[in-house]
Amino acid sequence: MTDRPATAHDAHADHAHDDHGHGDDHASHGTRKSYLKGFFLSVILTAIPFWAVMTGAFKDPSTAALVIMLFAVIQIVVHMIYFLHMNGKSENGWTMMALIFTIILVVITLSGSIWVMYHLNTNMMPMQAAVDM
Amino acid sequence: MSSVSLKKDGLDEKGEPLSFYQLEEHHHPEGSSTMLGFWMYLMSDCLIFAVLFAAYGVLGTSYAGGPTPKEIFELPLVAVNTAMLLFSSITYGFAMLSMEEGRQRIMQMWLAFTGLFGLAFLSIEMYEFATLIHEGAGPTRSAFLSSFFTLVGTHGLHVTMGFIWLVTLMVQVQKHGLIAANKRRLMCLSMFWHFLDVIWIGVFTFVYLMGSLR
Amino acid sequence: MSDSILKTIFGRLTLESLPLHEPIVVATFGMVAIGGAALLAALTYFKVWGYLWNQWFTSVDHKKIGIMYMILAIVMLLRGFSDAIMMRLQQAMAFGGSEGYLNAHHYDQVFTAHGVIMIFFVAMPMVTGLMNYVVPLQIGARDVSFPFLNNFSFWMTAAGAVIVMMSLFIGEFARTGWLAMPPLSGIAYSPDVGVDYYIWALQIAGIGTLLSGVNLVATIVKMRAPGMGMMKMPIFTWTALCTNILIVAAFPVLTAVLAMLSLDRYIGTAFFTNDAGGNPMMYVNLIWIWGHPEVYILVLPAFGIFSEVTSTFSGKRLFGYSSMVYATLVITILSYLVWLHHFFTMGSGASVNSFFGITTMIISIPTGAKIFNWLFTMYKGRIRFELPMMWTIAFMVTFTIGGMTGVLLAVPPADFVLHNSLFLVAHFHNVIIGGTLFGMFAGINYWFPKAFGFKLDEKWGKVSFWCWVSGFYFAFMPLYVLGLMGVTRRMRYFDDPNLQIWFVIAAFGAALVAVGIAAFLIQIFVSIRNREALADHTGDPWGGRTLEWATSSPPPDYNFAFTPVVHDLDAWYDMKDRKHQRPVSGFRAIHMPSNTGTGVVLGVLSIAFGFAMIWYMWWLAGLTLVGIFATTIFHTFNYKRDFYIPVEDVIASEDARTRMLATQGA
Repeated sequence: MTDRPATAHDAHADHAHDDHGHGDDHASHGTRKSYLKGFFLSVILTAIPFWAVMTGAFKDPSTAALVIMLFAVIQIVVHMIYFLHMNGKSENGWTMMALIFTIILVVITLSGSIWVMYHLNTNMMPMQAAVDM
Repeated sequence: MSSVSLKKDGLDEKGEPLSFYQLEEHHHPEGSSTMLGFWMYLMSDCLIFAVLFAAYGVLGTSYAGGPTPKEIFELPLVAVNTAMLLFSSITYGFAMLSMEEGRQRIMQMWLAFTGLFGLAFLSIEMYEFATLIHEGAGPTRSAFLSSFFTLVGTHGLHVTMGFIWLVTLMVQVQKHGLIAANKRRLMCLSMFWHFLDVIWIGVFTFVYLMGSLR
Repeated sequence: MSDSILKTIFGRLTLESLPLHEPIVVATFGMVAIGGAALLAALTYFKVWGYLWNQWFTSVDHKKIGIMYMILAIVMLLRGFSDAIMMRLQQAMAFGGSEGYLNAHHYDQVFTAHGVIMIFFVAMPMVTGLMNYVVPLQIGARDVSFPFLNNFSFWMTAAGAVIVMMSLFIGEFARTGWLAMPPLSGIAYSPDVGVDYYIWALQIAGIGTLLSGVNLVATIVKMRAPGMGMMKMPIFTWTALCTNILIVAAFPVLTAVLAMLSLDRYIGTAFFTNDAGGNPMMYVNLIWIWGHPEVYILVLPAFGIFSEVTSTFSGKRLFGYSSMVYATLVITILSYLVWLHHFFTMGSGASVNSFFGITTMIISIPTGAKIFNWLFTMYKGRIRFELPMMWTIAFMVTFTIGGMTGVLLAVPPADFVLHNSLFLVAHFHNVIIGGTLFGMFAGINYWFPKAFGFKLDEKWGKVSFWCWVSGFYFAFMPLYVLGLMGVTRRMRYFDDPNLQIWFVIAAFGAALVAVGIAAFLIQIFVSIRNREALADHTGDPWGGRTLEWATSSPPPDYNFAFTPVVHDLDAWYDMKDRKHQRPVSGFRAIHMPSNTGTGVVLGVLSIAFGFAMIWYMWWLAGLTLVGIFATTIFHTFNYKRDFYIPVEDVIASEDARTRMLATQGA
């Protein structure tokens, strides 16, 4: 900048800003009802898996794992919709696109690492699986 | 990108001169990129957690002869902790609604509740960590515990940052009122706070519940 | 004073930490100290501190920040290249009875520092600098989305560079290779400060990189001129968008994995240790999840530059614009699916290796498509062999060779033979020098007149070009040969005298590159001296096609007095083609962000924090951390961050441009 802010213009700047400092298309903030709906849904979706694990409702651990993961995914979606107000329209769809891209990368990072390291362990440390140290 | 007054029609074909400059000033309002920029920051933060989850996924069974999840996780405590975070979420939601309605005092009250629930969450987590370390199940005991403490601790660190930010914003709202800049900041913190909720869903499912199944 | 007090204050920093026993380092320190003192004295004598502070250090202008990034990169290039030529010299000498002139302790630091500096503090700032300078101009914006964040990002990158440079004279740098793989980089095998310097330099610079990535993505998405739809964006802006998306998505992985390594080192966790259930290969796995996208972060902007240059100097619209865009997008996604090809030999087995081998071969397809697009752009074009175009052609030839050796390495069985050999070293230098570096030189020669208002000297530019290109081939073709013979990388000493001739040729190549770098510096110096003769008054010296050429050179602070309206791809060409009239009246005051010193303060505090962590000065670490938080929070209490450029100033600079254009008969 060639010029440091001149005081005369500052007032003007502030004024101009308060008029429309808001993001353009961030209209969706939810209502009291939608927040409460999201809250009760997430309470239920939290309580069931905790109950299932703490009481040992499922005999087979892998079934239990699948069920609680399913609940987690549903709860994440609930939070995304009711608390984070995700939809395909905000910022011309860029937020949704960023989210989808991130989910893809999270899946790649998680499943890829586990896959790669599992094969490494089976190939390079055959004893370890048996000992489970 | 702002809307264009010029469309393809009514231009060259009709013999009218094309306009190549926007003579009416229409500047991008300040902060119009903030939400998107902050969302992208959150997405990058999400990948930090993805890496920590991956580390836990790979190393979470390396007990090195030390304690296993079943022996050390106290699910009732985790359930209470989860409840604290859920309550803080709904109170932040109510704060945002009050902000929309322009009711500053009510909003500050809800924000204070949010902060208190956040503090409760942090206290319980610190109690849990202290107990574990006291029992000899500290982060240096095994790779499982290293990845457990790092993942849960990073989430806790984020909540701490969120708390500091919350207090700062309450002061700023008190000082300047609900001006556009403050509303924008409150919306960013709202995204941050709810985002930490989402991460916590992953933590209690993947770490605590599935750990207790093993 | 007792030992324990000294230890509390200085941590593990003692007088012995200064490398006084290394004559090379002491001599370097002497030269740097004298040179630095002379520079500081000159700056004080000519009273430019105020100017630097007000106009540059605190500036939030994307153009100035871009230039500062470039200067940082060029300075660090000199350091990184000194390391390179030291290695070449050592390897050419250390045969038979000779041990060369570098001891193992020093040599291991040299190759580590070379890699780290070239990637993080040369290539990254150069790429970021060019994107910072060019992207807002290309999309017709006045600045980036978050101007303060931009300044802060730069200072974090600079802080990281300062920390690396400190390691030269205080303590030592890592001796682990540029990715600091554990268990070697763990506390058990590297108890000294080297790896800690590495960690903190990268963590601090990484914050800057990540934030500038967020900033530029937001800028490109939100700040484009009216009418510029996604498919009307200049191709360099497209590649910048994809690069920054990759930055935002990849750098968190590096941050997290380095954080885990530092936890291992500082508090004794067991992520990557050999005992307590840790797994060092997990580090390798995670760091390459960052590392592979990183190479595309470096090369995609170069692809964008080549596209702009080819189209401008062929006088044609880019062939296959949309295929170029889709190729870039495909590369962006695929770059996350190939990371394991960096460690085929780890032992994940045939199925895993096959998957990653195939994805690696697939990613070469969109890259190959790009080469054909450039060739078809040149086909039947009226090609002007100016400097940027020369670099582009050198790139096409060199990068194709590098790409083919890359596909060779993508075949897992071949990789088992060639991994960790000089063949690999030759391959990645072939793509990074032939791709990124040639691209940066093309970009510098192409956009320099925009940034400074005069072209770069052509004669010295050609000297630099030919020395660089021929020097590259002399330096790296022998390494392919050596690699096929089975010579492994990072060796300080060789037994077989038959190998020496290849290393001597490689050292000769490095000397040629040294001349190339010198010629580049002379080119800048000569151009500044002859700036009157080389001046460009039109703002469009090359017959450009994109919006950055629509404004004056150098552009005014506000870039465009009136925001341009875009109707077609190659917007500036379209404007010239349809005889647009540049408005000469009706100017208004322009709303701009104001400067701030917060970025500098945070940068300095970060250096102190990093230094304190490296040397275990816990009191200083705590103090600076509190300082960083306090400064950040204090900054958020400042709500007056903008001002208006008075309309008289706008009129004055626009009238000057009108007169300038009139003298050109434009």
